[in-house]
Amino acid sequence: MIELGPGPSFMEYLNRDRPDLLPGAPAQAPAGAAGQVPHGTTIVALSYTDGIVMAGDRRATMGNVIASRRIEKVFETDRFSVVGIAGAAGVAIDIAKLFRVELEHYEKIEGTRLSLDGKANRLASMIRANLALAMQGMSVVPLFAGFDTLAETGRIFSFDITGGLYEEVEHHSIGSGSPYARGALKKLWQPDMDATAAVRVAVEALYDAADDDTATGGPDAVRQLWPVVYTVDAAGAHRVEEPILAGMATEIIAARTASGKEA
Amino acid sequence: MSAQYYVSPEQLMKDRADFARKGIARGRAVIVASCADGIALIAENPSGSLHKIGEIYDRIAFAAVGKYNEFESLRQAGVRYADTRGYSYSRHDVTGRGLASVYAQSLGAVFTAEAKPFEVELAVLELGATPADDTLFSLNFDGSIAEQPGYIIMGGDTPVLREAWNGYWADKDLAAAGTDEVIRAAALVLPGVGVSPEDARLLEVAVLERVTASGSHRHFRRLDTPTIARFLGAGK
Repeated sequence: MIELGPGPSFMEYLNRDRPDLLPGAPAQAPAGAAGQVPHGTTIVALSYTDGIVMAGDRRATMGNVIASRRIEKVFETDRFSVVGIAGAAGVAIDIAKLFRVELEHYEKIEGTRLSLDGKANRLASMIRANLALAMQGMSVVPLFAGFDTLAETGRIFSFDITGGLYEEVEHHSIGSGSPYARGALKKLWQPDMDATAAVRVAVEALYDAADDDTATGGPDAVRQLWPVVYTVDAAGAHRVEEPILAGMATEIIAARTASGKEA
Repeated sequence: MSAQYYVSPEQLMKDRADFARKGIARGRAVIVASCADGIALIAENPSGSLHKIGEIYDRIAFAAVGKYNEFESLRQAGVRYADTRGYSYSRHDVTGRGLASVYAQSLGAVFTAEAKPFEVELAVLELGATPADDTLFSLNFDGSIAEQPGYIIMGGDTPVLREAWNGYWADKDLAAAGTDEVIRAAALVLPGVGVSPEDARLLEVAVLERVTASGSHRHFRRLDTPTIARFLGAGK
């Protein structure tokens, strides 16, 4: 029988020819290793009239220590999609990097882009492949969002460590600060927001998460560090510029100070 | 058992080369030229889906003439090579020279060892900061490789096309020209194509843009038929 080539999937090609390059290759991590590697935390995503917004804070923690104040956990994966990753930072960043190559590779081999559902399914299978590490505490849970060019609407997908894939409506958040962020999103999200309003809601939800969760970093005015925020609409993914985020974060802090609430 | 006839190595290589050359000359031509806006890749190709031109990596493109199944498998192998290198080292470590030399080795190995040589001619192009920094490699069916300054013409009746091309650029500077002018010149030179907007569907055109509109790391852009028609129409 004629054997067909590895097809348009970069991951399948690596699996076949270069398994050493796949993320999370040493499957036997020593017990207690989970506390010794940096973990990334809160990501929020929400929809607005033209597309979606995704934002992530800048902190990575290692037990009770801040491992990084400037880590970036939201990535543009191709022109119409972004992924935000919470969990063991090293494995998470590797998976995001592989996912980005996977999408680009498919596009180059096939000459067309994967559908948004196709992209979400590929990411789900990558998370499933990481299950052995996840059971040892090195779990990686992404939040995936993008603009569906066929349905002409923004869509948000969440995952669990077994590769389960769930489509979310309106908004969603993941990571240790997500209960607080979700509470904020429930009150702040409105059905007819424009991009600027949606970005502001995302920044404020992260502020609330950082307020109550030590593993989530708030806006850092001393070091001028602001969340990483992307919008995705019919024109593609766009990273929101730092001065805009600095303005929004400063406004939020000023408004909270002025309201005089202590809790 | 049938006796094997003796064939001298010279004759064997000549027969293989003649065989490959015949296959390549039957196909339609591809023109690749480095100009002010980037590197333009123009192929005479009425099919909208069976491409002769492809993206390999951020600043690297591929063009081929000859048998589709053979150069398509080479293109896919090139994409895999580039993506694997970029993924395991860094995006900066993927170079056109590296890719061209891998192609040269596999073409050379197939030419001498396999039952039949590849009937293809390839171009591997790497975009630089200025036209002088662009590198254009042409690769032959036997694995021979050459770096060409300015432009590459492959397939069809190459000597005639080259003469027409040089005639067009005799009093113009290719390195200072825009993509639109290069596309019009190629349409003029390619035998089956005219320079009216209706001929746009006979052309496959892509550009390695020196400056990308979206600031993306991927410089390769395929032009759609309406855009090509607009460029062809603008010359009047």
